Amino acid sequence: MDFWIDDIGWPFIKIFIIANVALMMVALLVWAERRVAALIQDRLGPNRVGPLGLLQPVADVIKLFLKEDLTPGHVNRPFFIIAPALTMMPAIISLAVIPFGASLIIADLDIGILFIFAISSLAVYGITIGGWASNSKYSLLGGIRSTAQMISYEICLGLSVIGVFMLSKSLRLQDVVLMQGDGIWLFGEHYTGIMGKILDWNIFKQPIGFILFMIAGFAETNRTPFDLAEAEQELAAGFHTEFSSMKFALYFLGEYAAMISIGAITVTLYLGGWTFFGLENLGGSFSWLTQILIFAVKLLALQFFFIWVRWTIPRFRYDQLMRLGWQVLLPIGLANILLTGVLKLIFKV
Amino acid sequence: MGAELNDYLPVLLTILIAGGLAGAFIVLSAVIGKRARNASPRRDTPYECGMPIITDAHSRFSVKFYLVAMLFILFDIEVVFLYPWAVVFDDLPATLIFTEMAVFIVILLAGWLFMVKKGVLRWEKAE
Amino acid sequence: MEPIFHDLLAAGGGHAVAFYACSAVTIAAAILMVMKKNPVASVMWLVLSFIGLAGIYVTLQSYFIAVIQVLVYAGAIMVLFLFVIMLLNLRREDIAKMELPKVPFAGVIAAILFFVSVFLVIKASTPAFEKPVDALLGEPALAGDSVRAIGIPLFSQWLLPFEITSVLLLAAIVGAVALTKKKL
Repeated sequence: MDFWIDDIGWPFIKIFIIANVALMMVALLVWAERRVAALIQDRLGPNRVGPLGLLQPVADVIKLFLKEDLTPGHVNRPFFIIAPALTMMPAIISLAVIPFGASLIIADLDIGILFIFAISSLAVYGITIGGWASNSKYSLLGGIRSTAQMISYEICLGLSVIGVFMLSKSLRLQDVVLMQGDGIWLFGEHYTGIMGKILDWNIFKQPIGFILFMIAGFAETNRTPFDLAEAEQELAAGFHTEFSSMKFALYFLGEYAAMISIGAITVTLYLGGWTFFGLENLGGSFSWLTQILIFAVKLLALQFFFIWVRWTIPRFRYDQLMRLGWQVLLPIGLANILLTGVLKLIFKV
Repeated sequence: MGAELNDYLPVLLTILIAGGLAGAFIVLSAVIGKRARNASPRRDTPYECGMPIITDAHSRFSVKFYLVAMLFILFDIEVVFLYPWAVVFDDLPATLIFTEMAVFIVILLAGWLFMVKKGVLRWEKAE
Repeated sequence: MEPIFHDLLAAGGGHAVAFYACSAVTIAAAILMVMKKNPVASVMWLVLSFIGLAGIYVTLQSYFIAVIQVLVYAGAIMVLFLFVIMLLNLRREDIAKMELPKVPFAGVIAAILFFVSVFLVIKASTPAFEKPVDALLGEPALAGDSVRAIGIPLFSQWLLPFEITSVLLLAAIVGAVALTKKKL
């Protein structure tokens, strides 16, 4: 019976809680996006439903559920129905290997980051199939455009993080977290002063990689300045033009869940994960709570950055987007890897 | 044997839960959602800003989309080689492993240069 | 075959069940891929088949290979397939109109190839079936690190094939560019 409790029961509860917290964070993010957008554009934003408008996402979800679940006659029915699910699932599944605390990880796999990339490489199917099954010009064009964009930037995403793993010598994400923040190694010496600890975060050891990763992350999540898939002026709503009710909401949810998972990966790879220079041990046996809080604060700060960028920067043109991905970011990514190799040989890190 | 394999059990559970949640949303919305009576047949036409629909949605696309997909596969394979390389960087003689990958990358950069010089991914230029 | 299956179940327990479940998914999806009239549906079944194959690799404890299977095959190569099929714009009527005059001939060849490969697989794997079950289900070369287990031999012993791969990729890049350009 132990098998059913220890290997199925507890993990099930843990995963169920994490998935639901992620969905709740999506709701919070949607609210935050609208409030921050309003702040930036000098207007009020949703402030009527509940305190500060915090219950607005709840009202939206109820509304979306009650809307007619319209499946137009011109679509390819089975694909039209499963496509939104295909977009939303990868974002949730990739949370499985993120360490939220010293022992708060669903599965600490030795292939860590590759698991995330493999799973999120499947997210393009939701968009392509959704656009194709809709049997509508805007949808198909939006879906194809979006897929071409996502696969182009997937390469950049993959290249940008190589430097981090050259330093951590392991793809296991828990190892990447533990490697950061315990003092930097230079010429075989270990500097454990406060500056040494701060500089040990990968954002300082891999600044080029970090910037590349953020840019590719924006593109992968289809957010401004890379939201060409839903450029209203050209494509109506892009691949989800024909979707309504909860099917539309699933795409929406998938986009925000992907934002959370890219944010969580960034925190883990570059910002020290659940550690904060010794603060993570506070609270004795409740230190896991401290660790989650540290992770959450870093994650929310990043999400604010995502939202800030969206309402500040205009959208790229498609040719600019492709040129940036293939002709600028790709060689910089490769150069960063070689540079990291040279620096590793010089500094003996 | 199997301590490692057991790590994948939670992964399987995660996949099932994510699928379950997505499925539940789709089914619930179909069940709870309102249904229109006397729906107009117009609803079954694709959205094209109200213009009459004259051609089929599925038409041919620019060859550049295929090219992007092909180049993506090739560079994806390159990236895949970089991961084990990064992990074993310190396990093998440093100059050897560095030179190995430098040669690999330089050869591929030649391909990249060819691609850029031919201008195949210049979207602003009609083919 | 029967006693082997029984031994596997007895010794491997859950792992053997997982192995056969993944195999079943892989084969079922592959059959559906062939049976489907709609080519886009075929592509999606093939993706599922690849994911099932990745599951088989996981149960054989080749985690790195499993993840590469999904990343490269299911996530990259099938995207190209999908692009080509979606954009070729074959209508259902067109597919129905397509004549398949060589069907009996192709069937015979396929059947011969099938039996030859089954024969070869059984012949090649006979020693493996005699090994203890643990060996059959695979032992990680370097416990707990499937990436290092691949990386070290790849970058020392198999250095030359690795470098030649880059020439292969270079040729493929040139080929892809040449295919899409009218004149170089």
